[in-house]
Amino acid sequence: MNPSIKHCLAFATALLLIAACKKGQPLPVSPYFDEADQMARPAINTVFIGAADKDKFNVTIPTQMPATFGAEMKASLLALNPGYTTNLLGLTADQFIGVLSTDVLNASTTGKTTFYDGTNVLTGRALADDVIDVELTLIFGGPKGAANPGLTSDHVDANDVAFLTEFPYLASPH
Amino acid sequence: MISCAVLIIGGMLYAADHMDAPAVKGQTTDITDLYVFEGKNTNNLVLVGNSQGLLAPSATAAAQFDPNTLIQFKIDNNGDNVEDLVIQAIYSGGSMYFYGPVRPSLTGLRTKIEESALIGSVPVTPYGAHPIISTCNNGIKLFAGPRDDPFFFDLNQFHKIIGGMATSFNNPGSDTFAGTNVLSIVIEVPKDLLHATSGKLGVWLTTSSKESSGFAKN
Repeated sequence: MNPSIKHCLAFATALLLIAACKKGQPLPVSPYFDEADQMARPAINTVFIGAADKDKFNVTIPTQMPATFGAEMKASLLALNPGYTTNLLGLTADQFIGVLSTDVLNASTTGKTTFYDGTNVLTGRALADDVIDVELTLIFGGPKGAANPGLTSDHVDANDVAFLTEFPYLASPH
Repeated sequence: MISCAVLIIGGMLYAADHMDAPAVKGQTTDITDLYVFEGKNTNNLVLVGNSQGLLAPSATAAAQFDPNTLIQFKIDNNGDNVEDLVIQAIYSGGSMYFYGPVRPSLTGLRTKIEESALIGSVPVTPYGAHPIISTCNNGIKLFAGPRDDPFFFDLNQFHKIIGGMATSFNNPGSDTFAGTNVLSIVIEVPKDLLHATSGKLGVWLTTSSKESSGFAKN
């Protein structure tokens, strides 16, 4: 391989078709862009932020989220579950909202990546993770995850089609 | 010189973040989900950014990425919830161009494309075609195009519960997102390019709209 083509890695088999991608700067760049939407953990804006603040949440940087939305999110938690004491992670309402209100998805580079698997907590989000059941359990399930059993699982436990084992991992469109 | 190999391989609702807020609902900026997980090659991390969700199969072929919408993975690698690195993606002329991971020249709500950090591009996979994958320097892989929405949730029943029309979920539930598609970008990068402190990263996904800057919007 020509060492000057330092970025290029190509391999071919009879089943693979190779093409060079475009080179150099491709874009007539208009220099600046302004944030419109953001998310990290699933359903935070949807579940915990009131209708009047949903747009504002999307243009609030993570470091400013706790001060801006913490009280509103705690109120939403206690409206969803007026009997909230602690959850399966042992978090009080203030502690739980303290975790959730900075909407950043933690990801491990040294261990298993999962939203929650019973052992690892918030070390990523895999495609097959049942994140809704995790969130419902933490909201409604009480300190042992067993309270409000009708509300701690939506009983949709997997995607409707299988994921791929290789890149790009997501299933083909319907 | 920057280039990649492109492989063509044979063979009203809202939820995770779907249509979460009035200003983005139905727009090309509407994020649906973020996923971050270890790749098949365990030296790599995979980042998935989905947008424009709840596409019926009949609507998927016409769905397009927007050259005026910049999609970014923002990555905090030292625990302060401020982006230290960004991976950016923007559509142009049938392909998705990826940049980074690079320290952004601006943090926060206003952003510019980090042109000097171009990774390469990948043609957007047409609806119904086999996935087109670019493999670039450092083994970075790129994909952009329509995919099955990997999110699953009985959202309709949740709405009934919240609305006081039901008191519990059904068993079995019904996946509101079954049979629907999203527009996905997927990038697989070596973990060591992300410089995590103590093996931990914080990641969030953003979309940003191009400022009009006195020129007609293209």
